[in-house]
Amino acid sequence: MLAVRQLSASLGRYTLLLGDVVRDIARNGINVREVLRQIVWIGNNSLPIVLITAVFTGMVLALQTAYGLHRFGAKNYVGNLVGLALAKELGPVLTAVMVCGRVGAGIAAEIASMTVTEQVDAIRSLGGDPIRRLVTPRIVAGLISMPLLSGIAVITGVLGGLTVATLELGITSHQYYRSYLYAVQIYDVIEGLIKSFAFGLIVVSIACYKGLQCRGGTEGVGLTTTSAVVTGSLAVFIANFFLTKLIIMFKFS
Amino acid sequence: MSNTAPTIELRGVCTRFGALEVHKGINFSLQPGEVTTLLGPSGAGKTIILKLIMGLMSPSNGRVFVMGRDITDLDEQALRAVRADIGMLFQGAALFDSLSVFDNVAYGLRERGERDEKKIAEIVHERLEMVGLPNLDWKLPSQLSGGQRKRVGLARALASSPKIMLYDEPTTGLDPTSTRKIDDLILKFARERGITSLVVTHDVFSARRVSDRWMLLSKGVIAADGPVSVVERESPLVSEFVSGTWKDDA
Repeated sequence: MLAVRQLSASLGRYTLLLGDVVRDIARNGINVREVLRQIVWIGNNSLPIVLITAVFTGMVLALQTAYGLHRFGAKNYVGNLVGLALAKELGPVLTAVMVCGRVGAGIAAEIASMTVTEQVDAIRSLGGDPIRRLVTPRIVAGLISMPLLSGIAVITGVLGGLTVATLELGITSHQYYRSYLYAVQIYDVIEGLIKSFAFGLIVVSIACYKGLQCRGGTEGVGLTTTSAVVTGSLAVFIANFFLTKLIIMFKFS
Repeated sequence: MSNTAPTIELRGVCTRFGALEVHKGINFSLQPGEVTTLLGPSGAGKTIILKLIMGLMSPSNGRVFVMGRDITDLDEQALRAVRADIGMLFQGAALFDSLSVFDNVAYGLRERGERDEKKIAEIVHERLEMVGLPNLDWKLPSQLSGGQRKRVGLARALASSPKIMLYDEPTTGLDPTSTRKIDDLILKFARERGITSLVVTHDVFSARRVSDRWMLLSKGVIAADGPVSVVERESPLVSEFVSGTWKDDA
């Protein structure tokens, strides 16, 4: 019972935080310079791991699907499966999880240490607004960066699949691309973009929320960082199901 | 005590965190220009009182008045205007790690709408000069000693010319020379600028040096309150606290 009460209180505070961000943007607009700084920071920190994750995921997908499809004489459809899986699911989800582990942890740790060293209180005492200074630019940067990173991940994954397809499986690059372009429609790309946009919001806002709620000194900073990564990753998987369901409902309505 | 309107007043303030009741009805008022030290054991809720006055927290019960205005239920927007009259030196100085000394001191001025960089530079340099750190503009907080950090924090708090200063453990962890410098600054601002000051400290020597009045917070209430020489002589609780014979259940 206590856990349910705490969870609903947390959800309430998190919703209020999102409301504050919307209000801040409506009142004061966006600090473009700070948003750009955050985009560069997110990109620098997450691009290498996103690329490595994507290329190996694409390669594994090509291997697995090729041996599965081989039994039905449909090996040439590897590009089809790799492309669809990456564009609709694995690209956005894996990118979000990797960004959560790298950038979400960084954001949560930074804001948490500012909270426990009273820097957040200092911002308020000096007439500033922690939402405007710390949260809004990061969330806006997350909303922009995540689709970009996800797009790069999809392209890299498809290229990884192509490498395995041509070098290991005896599929020509022409066959691979034809199968890919035949399968992946513009709606699939949009579905992936919608998801990564939502994941950007989820990952960064949870990290900011956890950071601002941090209590208990340096130990609290560690716990907050872990909690931000775990909560953010779980929220991505849960949101992915509901977003997929919504998109399917919308597509077939 | 004078009859002028109090700068700060707490009426029946109670603070609760879940089942933990930190304050059980705090009542006091501070007169303009007065330097008051709030003493008490660790965990008594002294810092919370500073945060209640700054509007960084709200009491569970009771009212908080600053410059005659009830700030208890004000929203964040209205509180920002109230905070313009209050400066606070945080326990660890709470300087922004990513900003230089200059930008730390200028932060409040810029947040409060000052756009004239020449004027900002003038004020920042004047305040840094005032705290005895005139040549540290572009250093980062990580490059400063503990005493220097506290003094930069002080310059930052004073940048917007507050009428009230709140000091949270201003001399904790400092060597005797730095402690002396901070004490002198607290006194100087109170005497020369008439700033009402509330100091939270465990440092009894420092508290004696700077204070007109002591209050002792114990078991959620103000257990002793009065001019330093009087409470030190007449309050057994204060005597115990000062002499280091304080018992946790006191």
